[in-house]
Amino acid sequence: MKLFTAIGAALLLALPNAAGAQLAGEPFIHDPSTIAYSDGKYYTFGTGSGGLVSEDGWTWHRGGERPGGGVAPDIIHIGERYYVVYAVGGGGMNGGHASNVKVMWTKSLDPKSPEFGYHDVGIVASSNGKEDQDAIDPAFLLAKGHLWLSYGTYFGYIRIVELNPKTGQRVAGNKPVDVAIDMEATDLMYRDGWYYLLGTHGTCCDGPNSSYNIRVGRSRSPLGPYVDNMGVPLLKGGGKLVIAGRGRDYGPGHFGLLDLGDGVEKFSMHYESDMDRGGRSVLAISPLLWKDGWPVAGENLAPGTYEIQSERSGGALELATDFVRIAFDFRRSFSSPAGAELKPIPNQTLAQDSTMWPSGPIAVDLGDYMIRPHQQWTITPVPEAGGAFGAPYYRIGIAGTDRVLAATAENTVVAQPAFTGAAEQLWRIDQLTDGTYRIMPRQPLHSTKPVVLVAIGASSPVLEPFNPAGDSGRWTFKKP
Amino acid sequence: MSIYLKFSGCLLAAALAAAPLAAIAEPPPTFTPATAGPKAPDPQGFLQRWLLLEPITKPNRSNTGFTGTYVRQALTTPYFPDQFGTVPRNGQTETVAGTPLTWHAVDTNLFDVKLFNFAQSLGKPTYGVIFWAVTVVDSPREMANVRLAVGSNSASMWWVNGKEAAGLFGDRRMVMDDVVSPPLTLHKGRNIVRGAVINGPGLSDFCVRFLDANGQPIRDITLTTR
Repeated sequence: MKLFTAIGAALLLALPNAAGAQLAGEPFIHDPSTIAYSDGKYYTFGTGSGGLVSEDGWTWHRGGERPGGGVAPDIIHIGERYYVVYAVGGGGMNGGHASNVKVMWTKSLDPKSPEFGYHDVGIVASSNGKEDQDAIDPAFLLAKGHLWLSYGTYFGYIRIVELNPKTGQRVAGNKPVDVAIDMEATDLMYRDGWYYLLGTHGTCCDGPNSSYNIRVGRSRSPLGPYVDNMGVPLLKGGGKLVIAGRGRDYGPGHFGLLDLGDGVEKFSMHYESDMDRGGRSVLAISPLLWKDGWPVAGENLAPGTYEIQSERSGGALELATDFVRIAFDFRRSFSSPAGAELKPIPNQTLAQDSTMWPSGPIAVDLGDYMIRPHQQWTITPVPEAGGAFGAPYYRIGIAGTDRVLAATAENTVVAQPAFTGAAEQLWRIDQLTDGTYRIMPRQPLHSTKPVVLVAIGASSPVLEPFNPAGDSGRWTFKKP
Repeated sequence: MSIYLKFSGCLLAAALAAAPLAAIAEPPPTFTPATAGPKAPDPQGFLQRWLLLEPITKPNRSNTGFTGTYVRQALTTPYFPDQFGTVPRNGQTETVAGTPLTWHAVDTNLFDVKLFNFAQSLGKPTYGVIFWAVTVVDSPREMANVRLAVGSNSASMWWVNGKEAAGLFGDRRMVMDDVVSPPLTLHKGRNIVRGAVINGPGLSDFCVRFLDANGQPIRDITLTTR
């Protein structure tokens, strides 16, 4: 892991972020913990000392302090305390399989805070080096008042123990329970009465030859039995795929839930190899979707041209301009002379549609999608403007024009004639747990009342606080 | 993370100092000597009686090199006489590259056969090895359209009655029913299942069962080692 600090950060900062799904800054880490928020910043710790810190979840820099050494920590915030768990020993050949899982706590993760300072809780789990278990890769779950800890690797069993959420110590008399094999880097979630055990299958630590991928099983009890979608027990090697490598990113592992509230869930992980960054291991954040009770990885919106469709009404976001007919004799719909040639008819062009558009700002509304240029938006990442929680800010413009969607001070939306890069022209697009998207103008991350694009009527888009209980703030992007 | 599977020289592992530990306890044994009578599969159909040969040394620092070509070559190389022929006897010794290796007839109380533990319990090498396994399946009738379902860590090859039935290549984790063979026929009476598992670093084990045409485990068979 010394290698992680060896390459010049300046060189890496200069690398292109063409994919638009990769984090900015120097997000170099292996085995990242769950991301925790403390004192206005987001922290994650990895193997080795220290970790990464970010103010927006998009740009990450080296920062934070985690004493104790060891590998693969996790963090959980309970009350006034941030509990940090990590393992010392184990993990493999030279380290053997004898290891201790240790817990400590601090009231702040910010080393500059007067509340910062770690207090050792002690060892909460161990492997003795001979048993089929390797007590590393610990992960917390607080659910229904109980604090659970999973840990282990491919070397034998994944185990769960219970800790005291008030002290971080092992509950007296608690015995470890075997819950899985052939996994490492586990994590736990609780949702709708199900406990989810996530873990990493495949090979780590071999760059683009790493086959790491994240799998999941679920159980009604935190202690199992966990089974996958086919009913295969995780104790027999089962596990439903959550995410595998894709594009330029190889080998995802070390799941960590990042619940942003309002139905927006994301997860952190590392990719074993970011091919755009010399193949180094990097932090990544991806949307988390739920389908039929199973977590699956979502995707940041891919650049392209789309209809932006309201889940509320099915209406298409569009310039409020006069409808322009496509020249057509309606009688052709029903009949043609015998033997007539059936020639293709082109779609309406931008020039045909835009003849009467005013030169200044144009109001935006929702209408039936008619495959017209004034309804087709080109979505372009603007990574140089930053981003939030794993996604860059986007420019949303009418395809083939300079016109862009912008927020107004009156919390309406309008199409301005040109892109300036101003905050009101930058959009954050978060995929929601059902696969639809939330669209919000750039605004302070911790606004007390952030606004998003909402269809307050079948045809009327405005900016209002997001209501996760309904469809008015949900949008889908359809190929035009 | 666990780096033992891949890098014997990983900087991380080398940098980690083992912490003080409580008294080390031996794990409970998962093997017992095979009994004289026939043994039924477990409730899920997994075969729990095997003749296992002490590991043949075959150094591999990583499991990522277990391509189909490499594994097929490594596991079809003749290491000892009659390698694909008769069923060995419990206690029989093979000499491989000058090293005497003994067959052990064992029953396991788990669904999988933990080869790492088998080797470890005998004080034999656990990493960079090839294990040979043989069992005899006694079928009460001819069974057509059955499939051999195998999981192994790491790569492996399997033969039923001398015919190749399954190959598990690449850096494998053991997952039940990972690779399922084409339909095959179990003869009435004696059938020989033979397998070889190759492993670099890390745990090694396998699980084997037969599935019927409906994908259900076959349980009305018995296992012997003779």
